[in-house]
Amino acid sequence: MNPKTFSAFIGPSIVMMILFIALPLASVLKQSFYVTQPVYEILEVETCTPNFTGQVCVVDIKTIPKIGENGIVETKTKFVGFLNYQNVLEFPRVITAIANNSWQQFMTIDFWKALRFTLSFTLITLPLVLFLGLVIALCINNVAKSIRGPVIFISLLPMIITPVIGALAIRWLFIGDGILTAFLEWWLMRDIAMFAQAWTLELMMMFYRVWHVAPFAAIVFYAALQTVNQDTVESAIIDGASRWQKLRYVILPHLMPLIVFVTLIHLMDSYRVFEEVVGFSSQAHVISLQWLTYDFLMLDQSGNRSISRASASAMLTMIGIILLLIPVLRGVWIDYKGKRL
Amino acid sequence: MCPRKQESNLMTIKKIATTIAISLISSSVWAGCAFENNTELKSLTAGFDSWKAVTEAMAECGNVTSTLDQDFKDVQADAFAANPSLYQIGGANNSAFSILVNAGTIRPLDDLVAKYGSHLKPSQLIKVNGQVMAIAMQVNNQHLMYRSDILKDLGIAVPTTYDEVLAAAKKMKSYNLVDYPIGGTYKTGWNLGEEFINNYLGNGGSFFGEGNAPSINNATGVATLNTMKSLTEYMDPEYLVSDSTYVQQQFQQGKIAMANLWATRAGAMDNAEESEVVGLVKMASAPSGSARASSTNWWDGLVLAKNMTDEQADAAFRVVMEGIDTEMVLANNDDAVWLVDGYVAGAAAGGAIATANNGAAPYPSSLPGMGAMHSALGNGVAAFLTGVKDAATTLADIEAAYTIAATEAGLM
Repeated sequence: MNPKTFSAFIGPSIVMMILFIALPLASVLKQSFYVTQPVYEILEVETCTPNFTGQVCVVDIKTIPKIGENGIVETKTKFVGFLNYQNVLEFPRVITAIANNSWQQFMTIDFWKALRFTLSFTLITLPLVLFLGLVIALCINNVAKSIRGPVIFISLLPMIITPVIGALAIRWLFIGDGILTAFLEWWLMRDIAMFAQAWTLELMMMFYRVWHVAPFAAIVFYAALQTVNQDTVESAIIDGASRWQKLRYVILPHLMPLIVFVTLIHLMDSYRVFEEVVGFSSQAHVISLQWLTYDFLMLDQSGNRSISRASASAMLTMIGIILLLIPVLRGVWIDYKGKRL
Repeated sequence: MCPRKQESNLMTIKKIATTIAISLISSSVWAGCAFENNTELKSLTAGFDSWKAVTEAMAECGNVTSTLDQDFKDVQADAFAANPSLYQIGGANNSAFSILVNAGTIRPLDDLVAKYGSHLKPSQLIKVNGQVMAIAMQVNNQHLMYRSDILKDLGIAVPTTYDEVLAAAKKMKSYNLVDYPIGGTYKTGWNLGEEFINNYLGNGGSFFGEGNAPSINNATGVATLNTMKSLTEYMDPEYLVSDSTYVQQQFQQGKIAMANLWATRAGAMDNAEESEVVGLVKMASAPSGSARASSTNWWDGLVLAKNMTDEQADAAFRVVMEGIDTEMVLANNDDAVWLVDGYVAGAAAGGAIATANNGAAPYPSSLPGMGAMHSALGNGVAAFLTGVKDAATTLADIEAAYTIAATEAGLM
């Protein structure tokens, strides 16, 4: 392909990526070093509100944001360096926790608590997704051609469901005396509260994520299974390879690039675990990094949001994903160089 | 699956997850409205029963689209700041009102009140520096709701303090009459923060010292946390996910016997379509802490956006007047403690009024640091209830979280 055609094809997506990914990212990066505050003025305000017996008027000295001439609240922005990052990472508390040699104390600091869960969630679900995806793909590949279409359709259903809706569906199966909790209670003859402690919540969240993502892995692997070299498979069978050996030495090596691909996607996706925290309202016990960013962004009762800390937290999430991807990408790179030689 | 797609959805996800949004579009004009409205109007309000009644009455005038959303506050400030505003009519309570007034996105209503609102009671006119900024329709607080049949069977008097609530719960537990003697809106976040605020104010605490500095790490704070923890021992172990609707349903299904719950939820107890305990749930004053009733008084009302034409404002105000007219109140008398003319205080209102008479404080929304404090409490109290931290550490950490947020907002 000549360079001109190449750039004509790739140009639009480069422009889009700069516009919708690079520029917003740069603006978040900039924002994470600044703090924007309203300009406050201290005024005497008389407010009359109703209560149960009539109307009450009070005169208060209040700190209220100053509204500028254009009718919008005046703000000032100042550079604060790494202050927002410090406020998210809370190093003084980390140092105290380490000095006390207390894991429990360390786990009360929001960012680190969220990081602990995010990492364990990502790393535990990854092998499960790959394994289950492969099993489903092999099953589909082995069913009779006549019913393969419907089987693929059914196994893809969890992926089609909107993540939040899926999480809510699982929530309602288990919350209070939900159908499955009631069943488990009957089965085990004991009272069960799935939403009352961290480990059951984490278990449900991981179960949900594996259920939701495994079909994606399966469909990718299934596609690859269609291109396995049948001659190699036949010669392996003639050489007396068992089913397991066939899988281990012929099929898996063929699938390897796609296993790496699914791994990459899954690491990026599950490091940003969020729907599960909201869907299962697990904030009291378990939070994730993405949820932390969201919580900073939410309006509080006085109408303030912590945009600066949210930006810092978003940048930290991105750094985390990059660190997590480096080993995988390094493997791919070495492999690629090896092939070129 | 695409990693980028979810990021753009981020802001809407919570909304989808927790919203009960009902849109009512009425194209036909009913006899219920005194005039025919030809201006396209949109309203954004909370979603409990009294808002359903008001928005239905407004829809009768035609061309009114209502969004009812329990999390309306998350989007309201930004929607009203747009020019033209995305909604013409807004529902507001103490705290949402403070945000809108501070942002300067709602309009003074004096001229419209003079033109169309001469029948309004003085107590309905919410004024800031003499200007009418909102029209109140109801007052609300949390009060004690209890199963009168169970208390009667066990010979327990209606509890007036939390010690009595705990004693009653202990007795109920020993007789095993309900799944859980106590229910509570202890969902982490806003609800849990609100419960702490109720109890802390009930114990006579104050939240701030000089210059918006936090002052909750004290004996009152510790006592408040301990009371809350004692109550949770009689609750459904999943109390950290129970919001008002969940507690209401637990009552309706006969699973709990006592709860400090919103007055707006009282009507649902006698709704035969949903409730198995019709006529059995009675209301009394919220239990008192060491100083006053452990509850906060709220008001709900309507505001009009600043960023719209005067013609739209004129139509919007007339629609609002139809929404909160006497006719609507007569049809929905027991849904709320209405401020509107024609309201007859029913059985459900007794508890709310008793709570107010026992000295319940108004929700302190006018304190500038209250938003950051409420959020810090909502996120922080759970660690004590689950036993991860002791009381003093919990309160110190909440103060630290507040200090960071308040500093970032420029309040300290």
